[in-house]
Amino acid sequence: MAVIRQKQLRSATCGSGQSSPASGRGISRRAALERLAAVAALPLIVGAFDEAAAAPLNYSLKPVAITEGVWVLYGVPEAIDRNNGGAIANVTIFDTSDGAVIVDSGPSKRFGLSLVECARSLTGKGVARVYLTHFHPDHVFGNQAFEAQALAAPQGVIDGLATLGEDFASAMYHAAGDWMRGTELVLPGKVVIDGVEEIGGRRFVTTVLAGHTNSDLIVREATSGVVVAGDLVFLDRAPTTPHADLPKWRSSLEHIARIDAQHIVPGHGPVEDGFRGAVQTREWLAIVEETIREAFERGLSMNEAMTSPLPDWTKSIALARYEFERSVMHFYPKLEAGNWPRVDKPI
Amino acid sequence: MQLTKPIQASPGMSRAVAPWAGVNMRFGLLGACLLAISLATAIFWWPASAAAEGADDPLGSPMWSEMKAQFFANASFVFDDRVKVLVPSIVENQAQVPVTADARALQDVRKLVVFADLNPIQHVLTLGVLKAEPFIAFRMKVEQGTPVRAAALTGDGVWHVGGVFLDAAGGGCSAPAMARNDSDWTDTVGHAQGKLYRELDGSVRARFRLRHPMDTGLARDNTPAYFIEKLDMRSDAGEQLATLEIREPVSEDPTLTMVVRLPLQDAGLTILGRDNHGEEYRSVIPAGWRQSAVGAAGAAAER
Repeated sequence: MAVIRQKQLRSATCGSGQSSPASGRGISRRAALERLAAVAALPLIVGAFDEAAAAPLNYSLKPVAITEGVWVLYGVPEAIDRNNGGAIANVTIFDTSDGAVIVDSGPSKRFGLSLVECARSLTGKGVARVYLTHFHPDHVFGNQAFEAQALAAPQGVIDGLATLGEDFASAMYHAAGDWMRGTELVLPGKVVIDGVEEIGGRRFVTTVLAGHTNSDLIVREATSGVVVAGDLVFLDRAPTTPHADLPKWRSSLEHIARIDAQHIVPGHGPVEDGFRGAVQTREWLAIVEETIREAFERGLSMNEAMTSPLPDWTKSIALARYEFERSVMHFYPKLEAGNWPRVDKPI
Repeated sequence: MQLTKPIQASPGMSRAVAPWAGVNMRFGLLGACLLAISLATAIFWWPASAAAEGADDPLGSPMWSEMKAQFFANASFVFDDRVKVLVPSIVENQAQVPVTADARALQDVRKLVVFADLNPIQHVLTLGVLKAEPFIAFRMKVEQGTPVRAAALTGDGVWHVGGVFLDAAGGGCSAPAMARNDSDWTDTVGHAQGKLYRELDGSVRARFRLRHPMDTGLARDNTPAYFIEKLDMRSDAGEQLATLEIREPVSEDPTLTMVVRLPLQDAGLTILGRDNHGEEYRSVIPAGWRQSAVGAAGAAAER
């Protein structure tokens, strides 16, 4: 169950390191505001061209080796914002003799380009394959950095992206700001089904499950025993539910718990060698479902339901209250439409 | 995943000081443009009214003097924290933002008005409080970040104003209704669902959903305005308990929570409605009294 930290394996820092999501931008928000306040009184327009404030944004990617030839770029346990540039989800890189194999492409074009460079510096090779676990924007908007034919995802993921991609893009621009500059939707060119893909001496076993969305890919690399679970598994960061189907999600977690895995990479949170993430995700979903149903059955409004107490153990889960509020907004309308009796009468 | 519209709702004071505070200085061109526009706006209204506005309105809204005139005319008003407006800390869907307006901490409230300063249509709804509590929960569309306010008119003729700043991405008012994608949406207009719950104090909480597109008339597809404009809550004996004037910003398929003093022997709560095309709707939510009796938000906090 040990959390894998910087082991005595090859690790590195990718990118220039001038500015990282974790350490913040070249100028803090507070500093920017103070600067603004200072200039507001007199030469108003000067503030818009403040050159110190115009330093380029740069994801400083810090790959963490989890076993020989496998690295994870950890997402920060935060909501997408203009400090982290949307880099909140984990990205996995495998070294193979045919090139790097990557799972999930990150939140933006800029991230994708950094990811290509990072993979090259780790493996000395180009990118042979990018698997996408599901259609959520923090996992797929780095696609532009890759050839469409290198990008592989289940048909459900491709369809979901085709339908929701534009809305996701606009929401991402709003939430992450300039980190998204130039980012456009790119659909994967290869459809993944259940099976095995051998690439450069590694065996990637792909299984299409569902529950977090209607199509969730897990990738198990047989030679290393690394299982990339995508957002079916969260660890120490509250799961998100905008497209969730809870019964399906539960069966997918049961499936994952039966896999022979040396290391499990959750979609968000630390890599561990046990199933703590799957167990915690199952418990969180149970709490959310039960608490929201109880609030609904007591006749509370959505805003009132959002204030429902959560168990103490959730205090150590990042974004617990935030995701609970979101889940209320996801599940309440379905409860209302599905449970209340019809009451309209003829005039 | 992390998104659909993950935006922090901020307590409005920072915006009172600097309406452009949300603009990140590192945006490059886009940021520069936004900033320039913000500054231009500031220059335009600042000399005339900014200082007064800032002191006047806790949310620092550039529309406040307009809002005052529109909703209070010459009546007196006070900002009053006892009038609560609850919004989520993030806007998940700007066409369905849950809002609860609650003035139950005040005595003798006659009317509760909800409005959003920076919406294209500011007036959201007006609850007429007869035999009811000054409390309403609903979902609304927002076009951009905006103050969302509730104003309670008490018997002495004074408006008590509370509110919060809701941050949001745009598009709620100008996006076509979801039901437009269903070929059979006309079949479900007027379908209603609901349930009554007894409160600890003997009053009755009504939750009610009425299927209706609630078209604002501002949608990109030029659909004309088509919305429920009036609901009338009555007892078995036909006594009016509360009235609700509803406007375009209320979300598609209005889903409401109200608290009325329905006589407990009544068979149900009758809700009469009318839309702006003159179509009438009638529903009776049966009084089942099988649900546990709880007192609103306080009950949740006590658990």
